[in-house]
Amino acid sequence: MDIPLFHLDWLNNRMLIAIIATLHALINHSLAVGFMPLVTWLENKGVVNSNPHEITDPKWDKMVYKMMWTAFIITTTIGAMTGVGIWFSVSLVSPNSIASLIRVFYFAWFVEWLVFVTEVVLILIYFLTWKNANKTLKAKTRHIKFGWYLSVFSWVTMAIIVSILGFMMDPGNWNNEQSLINGFTNPLYLPQLLYRTPLAMVLAGTLGLFLVSVFTNKGDTIRIKAFRYIGKWILCWLPFAVAGAVYYFNVIPKTMLANLQVAIGTQSFQQWYDIMWKVIVGSSIIILITAIITVWKPQIMKSYFLAITLVFALGFMGLFERVREFIRKPYIISEYMYSNLLREEDYPLYKKDGILKWATYNSTPTVTNENKVEAGRNVFMLACSRCHTTQGINSITYVFDRMYGNTGKPFKEDMMKSYIKNMHKSREYMPPFPGNDLELDALVAYIKQLQVTNEVLEGAQEVGVAINKDQSVEAFKSQFANKETQNESQNNLVKK
Amino acid sequence: MLLLQTSIPVPKDIPLPFPAPEWFLVTILIISFLVHIVFVNLMLGGSLLTLWCQIKGIKNKEYDTLAHEIAKTITVNKSLAVVMGIAPLLTINTLYTVFFYTANSLTGLMWIAIIPLVTVAFLLTYLHKYTWNTFSNNKPIHILIIAFACIIFMIIPLVFFTNVNLMLFPEKWGTIKGFMSALLLPNVFPRYLHFIFASLAVTGLFLFWYVGRKNYDFESIFNQLTRYEVKKKAYSLVLAASVSQFIIGPIVLLTLPSKGLGWNLILVIFTGAIISLPAIFYMYKAIVGKPENINKNFKIVVICLTITVVFMGSGRHIYRANTLNPHIKMISEKTQSFIKESEIARQESAKPQTAVSDKTDSNKGLEIFEQNCAACHAKDEKVVGPPIREMQTIYSNNPSGLKAWIKAPGKKREGYPQMPAFANKLSDSELNQLSNYILTIK
Repeated sequence: MDIPLFHLDWLNNRMLIAIIATLHALINHSLAVGFMPLVTWLENKGVVNSNPHEITDPKWDKMVYKMMWTAFIITTTIGAMTGVGIWFSVSLVSPNSIASLIRVFYFAWFVEWLVFVTEVVLILIYFLTWKNANKTLKAKTRHIKFGWYLSVFSWVTMAIIVSILGFMMDPGNWNNEQSLINGFTNPLYLPQLLYRTPLAMVLAGTLGLFLVSVFTNKGDTIRIKAFRYIGKWILCWLPFAVAGAVYYFNVIPKTMLANLQVAIGTQSFQQWYDIMWKVIVGSSIIILITAIITVWKPQIMKSYFLAITLVFALGFMGLFERVREFIRKPYIISEYMYSNLLREEDYPLYKKDGILKWATYNSTPTVTNENKVEAGRNVFMLACSRCHTTQGINSITYVFDRMYGNTGKPFKEDMMKSYIKNMHKSREYMPPFPGNDLELDALVAYIKQLQVTNEVLEGAQEVGVAINKDQSVEAFKSQFANKETQNESQNNLVKK
Repeated sequence: MLLLQTSIPVPKDIPLPFPAPEWFLVTILIISFLVHIVFVNLMLGGSLLTLWCQIKGIKNKEYDTLAHEIAKTITVNKSLAVVMGIAPLLTINTLYTVFFYTANSLTGLMWIAIIPLVTVAFLLTYLHKYTWNTFSNNKPIHILIIAFACIIFMIIPLVFFTNVNLMLFPEKWGTIKGFMSALLLPNVFPRYLHFIFASLAVTGLFLFWYVGRKNYDFESIFNQLTRYEVKKKAYSLVLAASVSQFIIGPIVLLTLPSKGLGWNLILVIFTGAIISLPAIFYMYKAIVGKPENINKNFKIVVICLTITVVFMGSGRHIYRANTLNPHIKMISEKTQSFIKESEIARQESAKPQTAVSDKTDSNKGLEIFEQNCAACHAKDEKVVGPPIREMQTIYSNNPSGLKAWIKAPGKKREGYPQMPAFANKLSDSELNQLSNYILTIK
């Protein structure tokens, strides 16, 4: 409410973050954290298995180089830019939450940055010196060492960011002790790391198999050899990934129940949770079958089958990210800030005065009969627009109509009012409505209008902002002038 | 409309303290930003030089080779430009939270478009680099690839300048309608031009060093061009760009709104400009002097220009501080008073409103119903769940059966969403009061 609200009325604001963040996480896990050790390991195999008079098997080395080339191109373009994109999109959609996190986690992110700089420098060295390193055995050995360093730094980058993610989900800590240590000691940290690490290795393996099938010809001896190695790699990591997933998802509901009193009976969560289990079991079986075939019957493995496996492996992780996102609700920072970006502790003030009065940017500081719908639109922007659109994904008219049985009939005002007032009690993922009764009336009037007009809500990026007169420099000065004259008169009294 | 324009907002800040002393964050911001911008300069300048050399290379093959050599550096510099941008981004978010986020939001579509645009530009630079042989007989297409990358690289700084410029002027925030109107604020383009010329200067200096390295096997790469020729051209570029800054610089200064101008700023900028004079002198001497003397004083040139850049970077920060400090002061007072108001409201609401013990069981039942059930259940008609009349028929004289259902509702019926369980939300006595109440509603 102190920062103009960017709003995407069709795509949905959260979807913007979700698309960028999921893409980034998939690339990060499959092409960095898991892929660097895989490539280094394969590069080393080339040296170990080469003829005594050669430094490495040149055909094999060329294939591994091509795999690394793919990883290099993708990670330094889409990978790097979606990383920045998470920052950009979150600061647009959810500025107050990311700003609060940065105030607390500045040094965590700073250390993360240092590690990340090292990672980028290492990947540049590792990839760009590859061909020169093939001239002597000493250089090749050193090159492989750089590959291992790179692997370590890729992993550490992830280990730090998981701490920050874990912190956001850990209830209670924010209000007690705001430090990075909490990120590492919170109950979800270790399970997440134990899950993500082997999963990254498995994802890298399935991607590796696919790339080998692209970069080699059917019947090549190196193709069969590479299939076997990577198949074994997957078979080694897959049990840990599944065990990690089971461990992690056993911890989630417990943490939720213990700390949030959110019943996991919540229907939508239960749905996601059920689907996720099916996908995890299904993908694991497909990956397992693929790995077994590539180890025992590599010659019959087909590219398209590997592509399908890859899609399932990525789906495994994508769904997991969705569920992780879900359990944060209704908060964006556990027990501190709701997903509407309002702090829990400010609610009594908003309930008393209304949110419009305190919002820096809105055209209707007080609700009147004349401005009711406009005020309702402003309330919607402040209290609902971070998760709901008016016409697009998760639109407000759609969710109400669905709740009332998809009848398409005009919504009933009284029912909507009593629902919105109490929704947080039966729908735990919803934050409580922050405004006063007049604002609730206005919001309902606006939603009812939306139902018949299909009007679009435009964000600050299109229509700009109206400045609330109560929150302008003029109001600030007059408020201050009052205080000073009060002080003066008090002083005068004392003097007399 | 006029009223809107005269209104200046005083938003509240994030009510959390800075993670470190302000001077520390400012130092990090200035230094890390300069490092970031040097790599951005090299990325942009490198792309422009590559394009120019390649066009020249259509007639003279040597320049095509030179273009290839410069192109190889772009993909490295661009990776460093991105990763080095994170520290200043993090720090400006911390120091100027409200200002920076407001500017981002008001130009939101262009701001987020940076991500796909830069990604495409990066992919184009790789495509360009790795298709040098593929397109050796199809130069126009190959040149088009780098030209597209150049266009994107030229647009991106404009978006950044628009943002960091907009954040300085809260008095304009109410008048901005999208990126274009923020772009047209008076001093965006002069600053942009200043930056483009700086990019050319930095890239020229980089090229001078790059081709002069001892382990750079210049002679085996080029047939006719000599190190001296390339170095002389690189120096000429730096010289021309630096001298141009003496014209663009004052324009930038003149178009800056006066509210942030102060003697401290003028002093820092002029000192920076004066320090660049020896560098300009030595470069001139090297260009007109003998070939064997071209490397003389290169270190002094680099040192002087680096100091100039540090001074200009500091000047930029001084202007920002001068401009924003009065507003920051208002914001922090506003934030404090808000925290106080919020505290008062919190204490008031914590006072018990009515004594609970005064209420009869049926009153309590009504209260529980209003708070937990009324959103979905009405007396006579279906809202979200079935009407109360229906409950009364199913559970007449069976309050414990109703209670068991509320605690853990069974499978939902066709056309009704699943009812949430209340076992953890209501106490046993509350559940009793509620079920009794529901069955007695008339």
